[in-house]
Amino acid sequence: MNEATEYKKPKAGLGVGTRRVIAYIVLIILSFLCLFGFYILLINSTRSNSNLGRGFQILPSNYFAKNFKGMLDSTQPIVRGMFNSLFVATLSATFCTYFSTMTAYAIHAYRFKLRKTAFTFILAIMMIPTQVTALGFINLLNKMGLMDSYIPLIVPAIAAPAVFFYMKQYMDSTLPMSLLEAARIDGAGELKTFNTIALPMMKPAIAVQAIFSFVGNWNNYFTPALILKEENMKTLPVLIAELRGADFLKFDMGIVYMTIAFSIFPVIIIYLILSKNIVGGMALGAVKG
Amino acid sequence: MDYTGENIMKTKNNKVVAYNKWGYIFLIPFFVIFFIFQLIPLVNTIYNSFFENYKIGLSQVGPRFVGLGNYVELITKGHLLKYAGNTMIMWLIGFIPQIFISLLLAAWFTDPSLRLKGQRFFKTVIYLPNLIMAAAFSMLFFTLFASGKTAPVNSILLHLNLIKEPIKFFTSVACTRGLVGTMNFLMWFGNTTILLMAGMMGIDQSLFEAAEVDGATSTQIFFKITLPLLRPILVYVLITSLIGGLQMFDVPQILTDGKGGPVESTMTMIMELNVHLYSKNLGLGGALSVILFIVTGILSFLVYKMTMKGQEE
Repeated sequence: MNEATEYKKPKAGLGVGTRRVIAYIVLIILSFLCLFGFYILLINSTRSNSNLGRGFQILPSNYFAKNFKGMLDSTQPIVRGMFNSLFVATLSATFCTYFSTMTAYAIHAYRFKLRKTAFTFILAIMMIPTQVTALGFINLLNKMGLMDSYIPLIVPAIAAPAVFFYMKQYMDSTLPMSLLEAARIDGAGELKTFNTIALPMMKPAIAVQAIFSFVGNWNNYFTPALILKEENMKTLPVLIAELRGADFLKFDMGIVYMTIAFSIFPVIIIYLILSKNIVGGMALGAVKG
Repeated sequence: MDYTGENIMKTKNNKVVAYNKWGYIFLIPFFVIFFIFQLIPLVNTIYNSFFENYKIGLSQVGPRFVGLGNYVELITKGHLLKYAGNTMIMWLIGFIPQIFISLLLAAWFTDPSLRLKGQRFFKTVIYLPNLIMAAAFSMLFFTLFASGKTAPVNSILLHLNLIKEPIKFFTSVACTRGLVGTMNFLMWFGNTTILLMAGMMGIDQSLFEAAEVDGATSTQIFFKITLPLLRPILVYVLITSLIGGLQMFDVPQILTDGKGGPVESTMTMIMELNVHLYSKNLGLGGALSVILFIVTGILSFLVYKMTMKGQEE
């Protein structure tokens, strides 16, 4: 088929060969733009402060281990911050995906009076940005004594309309009602049916959303910065912002680069391992209509 | 669970009703959490927007009911319009090249006659910046574009003899806004490309084949077939990107250390909200939140209507 289309290509348009060359050039330029900053970051994290003072260099140096140790010894609890971020992001991703699947299951598997209303309502609140309720959120946390706690960063993930919507879309195409009926006839309770039949069938969708939710929480800066005041409680983005706030150009720049690298590269490595799921899953239930 | 078990033996109708109660039960976690952590804060924010309530030094002013006073103050005395302008300018600097490049890439990736190699690689690379922590990405740009002679970008430009003196990027309004826009572009064009690709692959292939038989060039096909059929998704991308743009915060906040410099040219609306949240000016903070809520609400309503079109059951 491809050969046929090439054969019929009229003279007016650019030839396939030319277009292909242009496409590759543009793609290479864009890839360069995307990667160049991270490349400099990687190189600079291997260089000493005095070496960095000599300007740009294209090859790595041998200071990586020393910079890493310098970061561990710095006044900022960076490693602690990474574990805090890991803890918060893992738990919110778990809560978010489990309960969003449950909410989608409620709408998908049951026919009750307020079903349509509930569905419409959840979609309607989908786009409320967290920032616009932040003021009341902080007031509430002050009253509940939940400032400087991870609870307000983890538990609200249960109500995630966008993840719900994705799960609902996925269920429509993969979870037949007959299967659930069969489980009922076998005498399984509703919660058990959900946990042992629906949930395993949703694994691909859960994996995709768990990754996105994890990354979203890992990168989240606005809310944690408002809630976490105790130095040892802070997550990585909050610590990075502090580093910016300090007069850091007087710091050892090797350690500064190492700290930035430390918050960026773990995500890049995980991404490269899982990229097939992420890029594929992105398009999966994202747009319909 | 026993409850449904008992009902299995009853009439079909009763059985169905008993099962369906579980619909409500499974909705409880979502709605309880939504009520506590989103609805109560939202109501509280709206309530606070009608009161004068802030601190000067150690003395507390208010709370005193002022009606729409805070809104009037934000618009007349404050810099809300300026910050809204800043936000929109930086959004456009990122969005215009983003939609253009994404359309181009999506068209290339989905064009079977081009048969591009290494698609997996390119898609992986262009999507990568989307997953990077905006705070760290911004910090990285700050160090790359620092004003010293030895800072990476200046150092490269000096080596290549493109400039004589190091550029002070962060004292120039255009450069700072440009950098914020560039970061937004890099973070989002991969994401948009993948969305548009999904849209393009949904188009009936026979339309393209028919056009080719009729002797249309690939440029004609793109403008006469692909683009018009892609309109709903383009509008979706536009509005969701606009909603995201209104919330612009992490990148300019970290890049300018919350100051929005130079001369407040990169101060966004959420950055101003952040200032009010830290200084505990509940009145102005509340009013600003409500304004953002209303604007986002209107935009979301448009998205919602579009999404629901294909969602009939």
